[in-house]
Parts: sequence; structure tokens; C-alpha cells
Amino acid sequence: MSVSTAFDKARAEGRAALVGYLPAGFPDVEGGIEIITAMAEAGCDVIEIGLPYSDPVMDGPTIQAAAQQALDGGVRTRDVLRTVEAVAATGVPTLVMTYWNPVERYGVDRFAADLAAAGGAGLITPDITPDYGQAWSAAADAHGLDKVFLVAPSSTDERIELTTSASRGFVYATAVMGVTGAREATSDLAGPLVERTRRFAPDDLPVAVGLGVSNGDQAAAVASYADGVIVGSAFVRCVLDHPGDRPGAVAAVRALAAELADGVRRG
Amino acid sequence: MSTHLHETTPFDADPQGWFGGPVEGFGGKFMPEALMRALDELDSGWQEAKADPGFVAEFDAILRDYANLPSPLYHAERLSERLGVRVLLKREDLNHTGAHKIRNVLGQALLTKRMGKTRVIAETGAGQHGVASATAAAYFGLDCTVYMGAVDTRRQALNVARMQLLGAEVVPVESGSATLKDAINEALRDWVASVETTAYLFGTAAGPHPFPTLVRDLTRGIGDEARAQCLEQYGVLPDAIAACVGGGSNAIGLFTAFLEDQDVAIYGFEAGGDGFETGRHAATIKAGDAGVLHGARTYVLQDEDGQTIESHSISAGLDYPGVGPQHAWLAKSGRASYLPVTDTEAMDAMALLSRTEGIIPAIESAHALAGGLRIAEQLRAEKGPEATLLINLSGRGDKDMGTAMEWFGLGESAGSDEGEQ
Ligand SMILES: Cc1ncc(COP(=O)(O)O)c(C=O)c1O
Repeated sequence: MSVSTAFDKARAEGRAALVGYLPAGFPDVEGGIEIITAMAEAGCDVIEIGLPYSDPVMDGPTIQAAAQQALDGGVRTRDVLRTVEAVAATGVPTLVMTYWNPVERYGVDRFAADLAAAGGAGLITPDITPDYGQAWSAAADAHGLDKVFLVAPSSTDERIELTTSASRGFVYATAVMGVTGAREATSDLAGPLVERTRRFAPDDLPVAVGLGVSNGDQAAAVASYADGVIVGSAFVRCVLDHPGDRPGAVAAVRALAAELADGVRRG
Repeated sequence: MSTHLHETTPFDADPQGWFGGPVEGFGGKFMPEALMRALDELDSGWQEAKADPGFVAEFDAILRDYANLPSPLYHAERLSERLGVRVLLKREDLNHTGAHKIRNVLGQALLTKRMGKTRVIAETGAGQHGVASATAAAYFGLDCTVYMGAVDTRRQALNVARMQLLGAEVVPVESGSATLKDAINEALRDWVASVETTAYLFGTAAGPHPFPTLVRDLTRGIGDEARAQCLEQYGVLPDAIAACVGGGSNAIGLFTAFLEDQDVAIYGFEAGGDGFETGRHAATIKAGDAGVLHGARTYVLQDEDGQTIESHSISAGLDYPGVGPQHAWLAKSGRASYLPVTDTEAMDAMALLSRTEGIIPAIESAHALAGGLRIAEQLRAEKGPEATLLINLSGRGDKDMGTAMEWFGLGESAGSDEGEQ
């Protein structure tokens, strides 16, 4: 199921969509499924499941720590797909966010086929751009999957046009120059980037903003100009702060999702 | 010297950075969108700079007056006698800061100045590229931050001190395996946040386009010089050339001038660590599978799920689970051969060169020597004593004395099993 249904619904309600991220296999595979399911139930409109990778160059310390914990626990690509299947069964559209090599290794077309079969909506690909992502684009088209590429404050207009025309589902605007991680203030680069992206994006392509949001007020601020608010490190933090305490982690994640869901309705 | 900067070969990357094309070949630019503009600007900035005679002349003058280049091509007579073929050593060990790396960083730092950036960052394994970067930063008055795996900062404390004395900030990287690949990850993370003011001085001919080409252009002086020196001094081209391959900068620097000389056999020697069969090695081309690491499609040591596998080598400079994409293509297309050399073979070669020629090589370079010994045997059998073997001595061994003391039981540790220092 494409994420566009979730964005359409949010738009019909006059608000931004809440997109929540957690890596699979964190703190372990079953625990991850339980926690991510809770995120979906507690107000996330779209779920991003991270595929833990040994060399996550776009991630800050929080998500690195989660991915490392998942890898140390032996998470496999097939566990990620199993997590997708379980979470997608809640009816909340579910994407996989992954660095490229694990997909190439699995086989691009095979990955697309298995992701579609698991009920996944598509991929977010932080280290491939459309000009080097032809293999993925072809496989995604063949299997009817969303292709979420990223734009950044440093993107030229030409590159924003290239990226938005190649994206399906939504386009991911990285609102700060830097790696993932919660930030005190939301970036003043975000508004202008969203505006510039809208100028080039097809009318029906939502623009979601990521990097740094960790509370309801920030979510409300971003929701005032974006179609979606993406939250990752703050959810990861909830789990890291409750080591060995699954109910505590689930409760913290639920509380955060509810606060953020309220935020996107205030924006 | 660097007057060949702008020359092209049939083995070059296409404008998108593919060696051998996007389907069969290697390279490309698998990077976050946030860095794409900077990479494009670096590409066009470099195209312009290398076509500018003023830039080329300035680079040449710095290499000559500051870095002690061109390096000599030295006929190792005692070693030649022993091996029964003529062995020529390209003496990059005599360069300022002790290795070929200085060519690359002086070029990239000069380009940084030209492009108006004020800060440089670098990754380093053994510390050679870090020291070279700190040196170039001091020379050009640039701020410098060097990322180094925490494991390596402990192994290479002397080079950490050198970088600090040169005015660089050294950041130990604790993430992942806390070695070179993680230092690259951390440098990339810095760069995503600092790209407006900062240039990333990539330390080898790997990474996203245009780095493999940029670093190749800047190091190709090794081979350009060696080819001219060999013709001038001996009236012939070598029958075979050899270099060690970590990421591949000294090797591509040597190989480029000879790629079109079909009669010159080209050998790259990778780190075979404890032995290829043990799985504890850094023989990326021999044992790796095609994949994407640090921005390029190339051969990568990886598991079934595409997670990078840690490499192992006694030589920190070769201890990298990827390899430059042009080498991947030269291997696949058959123009060059890549073979592993074990820790033991390399250390034996280190001792041999020290004792027969009075030259203590870097352990990286000792891999090229050890491989060269094998080729020499073959050459002698095929061509007799007239055969010429040219080996790149990419660096000197001062930095490796701690390792040598442990391995050979030298100095205070003589006689002790533990080899503690
Ligand atoms: C002396 C020396 N040779 C070779 C290398 C390997 O790098 P490359 O393969 O880029 O030449 C290093 C790296 O630190 C080095 O210090």
C-alpha cells in the first residue's frame, strides 16, 4: 500500500502526517515488532523501518547505537522483511529506510518483490540519488513500490527537479545539513527548502521534513509548512532509555507518538 | 612532474564516474544528496584547475621545493643480484612526510585554496595520510581535523603526536570497528554538516566520483616519473611493475603511465593478513564481492546480507575492506593482476630489504616487495637476468618500528615472547 493514502487522509483532515522511524531488530526482532506496532497504534500515520547497516554515514550517535545493537543481536535482512510484514498488517503504510549495499546484495529485484509481498510500501534511500538509482527505480516501478529520495538545503534547483520527478509516495526534505539526531531548535533552512521543493514537485507529491524533531511543539512548527513530519532519533531514544524494560519502552514510545500526533494537528 | 595531470587514458572513468560503464563496471557516486553539489563542484573545480597552467606550475613547484620530488628510481643492485633480475625501486619513501601520500594532499589542499574553502578534514588508518594532511594544512594555513579509529590512535600514538604538533585536531572514532572504515564514516558525517567551508581530503583512490579520478591524477606522477626515468636510465620499459593496494592510490599512481604499454605486466598486491584461507585478511579484490561501500561500487569484503566485514592486516595502511573502483575494473577487465601477500611474507621482505639495501620500507610497501619477489622468479625463468622489475616503494618504515619490534623481537623486547614495549 502506497504511503499516499496516509498523506491523502492527513491532507483531508487539514493537517500534516506523522512519520515515525525505528530500526528493525532493536532492541531485538520481536521487541522491535512490538514497539513499532505501538508507534503505529499510537498515532504514526506512516512507519519507516530502518535496515541496520554496518556503515551508516548519515546517522548520528543515537541511531548508530540502535543499529549497532541490532547488528550485534544478529538481525538479518529477512528479519527486517518479517518486521515489515508484522507492522504493515496493522494497516499503517510501512516503508523501509536503508543504505544501498544490503539491497544490492539481496538482489534489487528480489528485494523489491519480497518487500511488496510483505506488504511494504517502498524504500527510502539515503545514499542513492535518482541519477545513480536507476536499478532501484526500475524494480520499484515493476513492483508498484514507493521511491522516496531525499533533497537537502544544498541541493541545486536542477537536482530538486530531478529528485522530485523521480520520487513516489513523498519526497524527504532533510532540513538541516548534518546527520540524524534530535536538535533543540528546528532548522531555519527547512521552510525555504520545502518552499523550493514544492516549486518543482508534482502537485500530488507530499513534502515531508526530517531530522531533529523530538517533541510536540517542534512537530507543530514543522507541520505548519510541511506535508509530513518525520521523527526518528527521538523514538530510538525512548527505547535506549529503557534498557531491558520492554513495557517501559513501549509506554515511552506511545507517549511520544501521542504527543507528536497532537503536534501535527496543531501545526 | 605533474605536467601529465590533464592527460587521459582509455581506462578513465566516464563523466558519471564509471570505470567500465554503469552496468559491468565500477565507481559512480552513491552518496547522500546533501553532498552531491559539493562533489559536482569538486569535479568541475578539478577539471578547471588541471587545465590551468598556472595551477599546474604551482603544484609542480611545491612538489619539487617542498616535497622533494621527483623521487629517484633506484637500482637495487644487491637485491637484483640475489633475485637474478634487475630490480628498480621507485623511492617514494624519500618524500617529505615519508610516503607517496604527500602528492595527493598537496594537490587537494592547493585545490581547496583555489576553491575558497578554509578547513580540511581527513580520515587516516596508520596515520600517514593524516600526517600528510596536517602537513599540507600547515603549509597552506588551513584548519585541519583528522578522524582516526580509536584502535589506530592507540596503535599509532607517534603519528597522533605528529599530527598534533603540526596543528591538527585528531578525533578518535569509537563507532563500529573503530578502524579506518569507521574513520571514513565519521569524516563523511562531519562533511555533511560542514561542506560549505570544508574540503574532504580523501586519502586514497576510492570513494565517490570524483575522488578516484582526482587522487589518481594527483598520484600519477609516480608512474609518469618512473616510466621516464626507466627509459632514460636503462633504455627500456620494465617487464613488470608492482605496488601494494590498500585503497589503491600508490598503485594507481604507478600504473596509470603504463596502462597502454601492453608489454608491461601490472601487479597489485593486497594484504593477505593471516593467510587467505583464514578469512583474516584485507584481500578485497581476491575475496570480495561487488557492492557499494563509501560511495562507489567496487569489490567489498561483505557478508551474505551486505554488511561490511572487518579486514585484517599487520599493515594499518592496507587494512581496508574496500578498494578503489578503477582497480576493481582493471582486475575484472584483466589489464592488471591482484594477488594477496601474507603478513609473514611482508615482514620477511621488510627484513630482506633492510639488510640487503639499507632501506627500511613501510610494511605496506613490503607487501609490494614480497609480491615482487614472486614475480622476479617467474621473470627470471622467462626472460633471464635482463628482465626488469619496477616496484613502488610507497613509504618508509619509521612509523612501523613498533610493529617490527614486536614481530622480530627487537630492542628492549628482544627475547620476550610478548614483545611488550
Ligand atoms: C606507505 C604506504 N603505502 C601504501 C598505503 C596504502 O594506501 P594506497 O593503497 O592508497 O596507496 C599507505 C596507506 O596508509 C601507506 O602509508
